[in-house]
Amino acid sequence: MSDTAPAIELKGISKAFGPVQANKDISIRVMPGTIHGIIGENGAGKSTLMSILYGFYKADRGEIFVKGQKTEIPDSQAAIAAGIGMVFQHFKLVQNFTVLENVILGAEDGGLLKPSLSKARGVLKRLSEEYGLSVDPDMPVESLSVGHQQRVEILKALYRQADILILDEPTGVLTPAEADHLFRILDNLRAEGKTIILITHKLREIMEVTDTVSVMRRGEMTATVKTAETNPQELAELMVGRKVLLRVDKAPAQPKEAVLSVKNLRHVDADGVERLRGISLDLRAGEILGIAGVAGNGQSELLEVLGGYREGEGEVLLNGAPLPLRGPGSDGRARRAAGIGHVPEDRQREGLIMPYTAWENTVFGYHHDPAIQNGALMNNAAIRAEAAGKMERFDVRPPDPNLAAKSFSGGNQQKIVLAREIERNPDVLLIGQPTRGVDIGAIEFIHQEIVRLRDLGKAILLVSVELDEIFALSDRIAVMFDGQIMGERSPEETDQRELGLLMAGVTEDPGGDAIAAVDKSLDEKEHRAAGE
Amino acid sequence: MDRMPAWADAVLVPLFSLLLAALLSALVILAIGENPVEAFNLMVEGALMRSAGWGYTLYYATNFIFTGLAVSVAFHAKLFNIGGEGQATVGGLGVALICLYIPWPHWSLALVGAALGAAAFGALWALIPAYLQAKRGSHIVITTIMFNFIAAALLNYVLVNLLKPAGQMDPASPVFPPATHLPTFQDMFATEAVPLFRGAPGNVTFFVAILACLLVWLLIWRTRLGYEIRALGHSESAARYAGISPVKIVVVAMLISGGLAGLMAVNTAMGEAERLVMNATEGAGFIGIAVALMGRNHPIGVFLAAILFGFLYQGGAELALWTNIPRELIVVIQALVILFTGALDNMVRMPLERIFLAFRKERA
Repeated sequence: MSDTAPAIELKGISKAFGPVQANKDISIRVMPGTIHGIIGENGAGKSTLMSILYGFYKADRGEIFVKGQKTEIPDSQAAIAAGIGMVFQHFKLVQNFTVLENVILGAEDGGLLKPSLSKARGVLKRLSEEYGLSVDPDMPVESLSVGHQQRVEILKALYRQADILILDEPTGVLTPAEADHLFRILDNLRAEGKTIILITHKLREIMEVTDTVSVMRRGEMTATVKTAETNPQELAELMVGRKVLLRVDKAPAQPKEAVLSVKNLRHVDADGVERLRGISLDLRAGEILGIAGVAGNGQSELLEVLGGYREGEGEVLLNGAPLPLRGPGSDGRARRAAGIGHVPEDRQREGLIMPYTAWENTVFGYHHDPAIQNGALMNNAAIRAEAAGKMERFDVRPPDPNLAAKSFSGGNQQKIVLAREIERNPDVLLIGQPTRGVDIGAIEFIHQEIVRLRDLGKAILLVSVELDEIFALSDRIAVMFDGQIMGERSPEETDQRELGLLMAGVTEDPGGDAIAAVDKSLDEKEHRAAGE
Repeated sequence: MDRMPAWADAVLVPLFSLLLAALLSALVILAIGENPVEAFNLMVEGALMRSAGWGYTLYYATNFIFTGLAVSVAFHAKLFNIGGEGQATVGGLGVALICLYIPWPHWSLALVGAALGAAAFGALWALIPAYLQAKRGSHIVITTIMFNFIAAALLNYVLVNLLKPAGQMDPASPVFPPATHLPTFQDMFATEAVPLFRGAPGNVTFFVAILACLLVWLLIWRTRLGYEIRALGHSESAARYAGISPVKIVVVAMLISGGLAGLMAVNTAMGEAERLVMNATEGAGFIGIAVALMGRNHPIGVFLAAILFGFLYQGGAELALWTNIPRELIVVIQALVILFTGALDNMVRMPLERIFLAFRKERA
């Protein structure tokens, strides 16, 4: 009997935060030795559900069964004791500890470290051979690539004898090749009888690796289906509750003259690390230039230097006139005045003042505009009235300009930022991660707005870590790796595999041995970073 | 998590904090064998029931309004200016120099001149910590508190070696010329028939303080500068994204803050003592922190909290005068109020919020 008992069974789980019903009567059975995907938009309740399973929240109602046994999980200790391990989206590692030290952290066997360390060394060796999870146990975590850090997280869970692993959006920070490698590890784990719950919003991953998939929408479990018996279109509809366009409808670009010319742009960050190592590109009116790359390879810095958030060196010409890259006249205010709009990658940290009302946010960065001054004071009434119009045009819900930015959902916050930047009619629009943390319905709208702006003859520089988004929107694609542009491709003439290799710094086709080439390139990057 | 409406947060929480502080104070008074009810009556009687009592209460409140506003303005930029004490001390120097060395024809002109001088000196004293914070990252809490000591030493030196008239034992400046004496409430409101505010130090500066409340409100919520100050206070990264210079805003906010703290000296030096004495600030710079905390950094809240602390100061003085309750106990009571309204804010808010929401749910 015990063989057929589900590894995890949730019955009637409900959880409310105030008036918000985050999980509504959720029941789910995860069979042992399978990879079970949970997919849903942001705010659908996936993370809440997993937090209940891992003991961070207590469900208002409902029962949890682990391997057929009814189990109370009041805290994460209890979850670990029940054999549940969690790999968080944001790693919980001590950066200057070695891999080994991180693995035993919180699971030491006694007051002295030595015995636990040597025991862990043995276990780690066995685990890495069994599952292909190779990491050097004596490397400090800070010198590991993101993909390797993630392996450490998985090892941590396995060391604590987890046989049920929850992975929360594990591929967000990985190159496609690293993601492939992760999926291979997950395959191995499944083959050894481990149970894996994979939380993601990427349809492709669900289709690639899972056996079963559960779809969540607005706190409810709308369907659980065998992956082999469904398709991405159906899953997307289940997620959103209506038909959605997975492609962006756009006519071919009509690029004109170059508006923004970047020549040999460099940037050294506060720690002395060179983040931009000689970037040159031309951005033309009426086109979308997509910058692909794994997070942390200089795309953010490129956007921020151009937007006036950081200082840089090199030459940037806007309509033929040089832009100052440091000192006075190089800040965001000057860039806006020159006609460069900027939708930052992190709307909550940069694009918006979260406690400010929506109307206050609709002039943020443009608050020096003489049109909204009333003598010495700001003309708040006029700003508010104009904000209402902008919010209506960009379908911000609820369309109430007096609400604080923090009380809007991620997608609607992003629409407020876009409304502010687009309505100013800039010559050049810099856009970073336009749809990060945005639900599918809003993604469709945001993509259409970006294309509409392009068709008005504006020049658009798009940075995104979502390859699908890069493919859907870009008229040209440039790939960044380690502060440099590895190459430029037309979206019609390239594919995910080629871009994936470029994103890992591999410029020549390695043939069959792609993984080895990627590992070699990433190692070289680490060594360069360590040498500095 | 569901929240209380703003009015409940602004009114109920401080009210309950006050009640708790009063309750604990009552226990302390009981413990030393005095009658808390009688003590409370005495405080109210002495501070609020007679016009002279009000004259004192409002005099203290004037100080606290200025220092409270000073702390709030800096706090909107997320700067914790605990140097109000030193800025007010140096502001006093500005008042003294302007009153002593410029022959003013009338008090009203002298008031404007002295206010400008006090604000300029106070601002100047805040400028150095502000610059160090903005450019060098030296923590403003550390530098402003150290500048309090430097200000005290500076004033000491100036009074003893430069301003003190020859032969005078008291380390104080000469008395300001009569043309600079500000009208007290008694001068303004008392008549032969109705003697009001007799002998109380409350003076016209109180109205300057009210004006300051209004101007600070306009500055913070209606001007571009206030918009930028608050933006920086909420998120430095967002401010930089918008092209707001953190260095500039930090310096400007601290200048305004220091200027407001400096203005307090108009009340103490020009309005009350009519000369510059040592330690005229009497801790008002620090009370300003509690006032700002309790007043939620809003001018109306600061005004009300300043009146409350004015009452505690004056009521406390009455207690010390008429009962065996030692002066130190007054400090204990004030400390309890600060503790409950400032530091333990959340302790009161969270249970209150739960009760409030449960009550509302029941009615709904």
